[in-house]
Amino acid sequence: MSVSPASQEPIVTLRGVGKTFGSGTVALDHLDLSVKGGEFLAVLGPSGCGKSTALRIMAGLAEPSRGTVAWAGGDDGRRAHGIGFVFQEPTLMPWATVAANVYLPLKLAGTGWDAAAPRVSETLARVGLSEFANAYPRELSGGMKMRVSIARALVTAPRVLLMDEPFAALDEITRFKLNDDLRTLWRELGTTIVFVTHSVFESVYLAERIVVMTQRPGRVFTELAIDPAGRDAGFRTSAEYASLCRMTSDALSQAMNARTAA
Amino acid sequence: MSERAIRIALPLAVLALGVLAWDVVVRINEMPPYILPGPELVLTTLIDDWPVLWRSLLATLTTTLEGFALAMAGGVGLAVLFNQSRWIELSLYPYAIILQVTPVVAIAPLLLIYLSQEAAVLACAWIVAFFPVLANTTLGLKSVDHNLTDLFRLYGASRARVLWELKLPAALPSMLAGIRIAGGLSLVGAVVAEIAAGASGAGSGLAYRIAESGYRLMIPRMFAGLLLLSVTGIAIFFLLSWLSDLALRRWHESAVTRET
Repeated sequence: MSVSPASQEPIVTLRGVGKTFGSGTVALDHLDLSVKGGEFLAVLGPSGCGKSTALRIMAGLAEPSRGTVAWAGGDDGRRAHGIGFVFQEPTLMPWATVAANVYLPLKLAGTGWDAAAPRVSETLARVGLSEFANAYPRELSGGMKMRVSIARALVTAPRVLLMDEPFAALDEITRFKLNDDLRTLWRELGTTIVFVTHSVFESVYLAERIVVMTQRPGRVFTELAIDPAGRDAGFRTSAEYASLCRMTSDALSQAMNARTAA
Repeated sequence: MSERAIRIALPLAVLALGVLAWDVVVRINEMPPYILPGPELVLTTLIDDWPVLWRSLLATLTTTLEGFALAMAGGVGLAVLFNQSRWIELSLYPYAIILQVTPVVAIAPLLLIYLSQEAAVLACAWIVAFFPVLANTTLGLKSVDHNLTDLFRLYGASRARVLWELKLPAALPSMLAGIRIAGGLSLVGAVVAEIAAGASGAGSGLAYRIAESGYRLMIPRMFAGLLLLSVTGIAIFFLLSWLSDLALRRWHESAVTRET
């Protein structure tokens, strides 16, 4: 098993982060979370627990109301690391071809098409969509659209990939396939991945480490290390997987009760 | 019969029936042409008076196209301006609505006092046609997927970049819907102003010709002129629909033909 070793240095650290929206809703309470370079981290929590908000704060798409977000390398750290973001929906530009959609981040960075073309086709090849470079999003299936979205996030070779329940809307067969492909991409590219999900099964299957969050206002309830003997083809049906899922599921129910009791 | 053939055949059949009924009514009642001319007479008048009618049609068409072009530029331009500055939007949008809800028939005589006739006719065509472009483009610019906006922000896109690469393409379908409505409306605006101008005894457009023919009891020519106007409106509508389809057919649901 060739798992890229997660360096112990955190790449981004959230300390005491809180977020209160204008409406008065407290989405995050006091979130402490650090992401280690190279790791595959799942953030697991019930719907509306503020995990997406935490991800948006990491990306700089939302400002924390309280607390700090520190990137390794100081203030410019976030830019230097390069972030790829994958939303819950594919979020593609319907008027642009698959290739043009994947080219977008490079285009916005000022790279001309001639210089970007090899990188775009290489990234499309990586997600298995080379043949669809000239197709329009509406001509693709849900799973393929999500692959385009992932390719777009990867095209800048970011060191951190932030994913906000990217497979939640897909059917199970497609989801399993994309789970496997994402694991492969992670192993090959060594990208740090923060994967927000409400699925116990998905988080156990994908991640090395799971952070379990409480209900809103969200904070970290507990952390679980997922270190199975092997993640081969049989992992999903193994007894080990089942027991890891049970352990994670128990942690999640405790997290939800902890908040109600408090 | 295919769906397409039915779409063409049914309206044509209704047209044929209507013309037939018209002809029969005229013949049975032996109506004089100055009350109701038969379809045949209208057609021969159209051919006989073609030089006069054609010149008038060109005049109306020129105004319509000019008004339409100005309406597109004004509508899209204002919408972009409103989108970029909330202050400008809040200050001016109510006046755009006032201009829209005040009947142009009532504005036209006033405009004719202060503007030259061509300018007044053009202004009317513009007033009627620009609002749908403005309203639809404004809506389109506001309906951009929030996640896509976030994505552009994440990659540090400038305001101009967001407008050009994201907002305008996203607004294109609604913009084109507005433009399609504006095409027909600019003809209406031109005609209304010409009729108003015709009342003051000057003019050269087709609508003026119709009004003039009415005063001179040349009823067949009125019908011929009306027929021409109507055909012009239809042509504008189909041309714009075709162009809009051409622009959207690769990606927008409205223009995509589904295979069943």
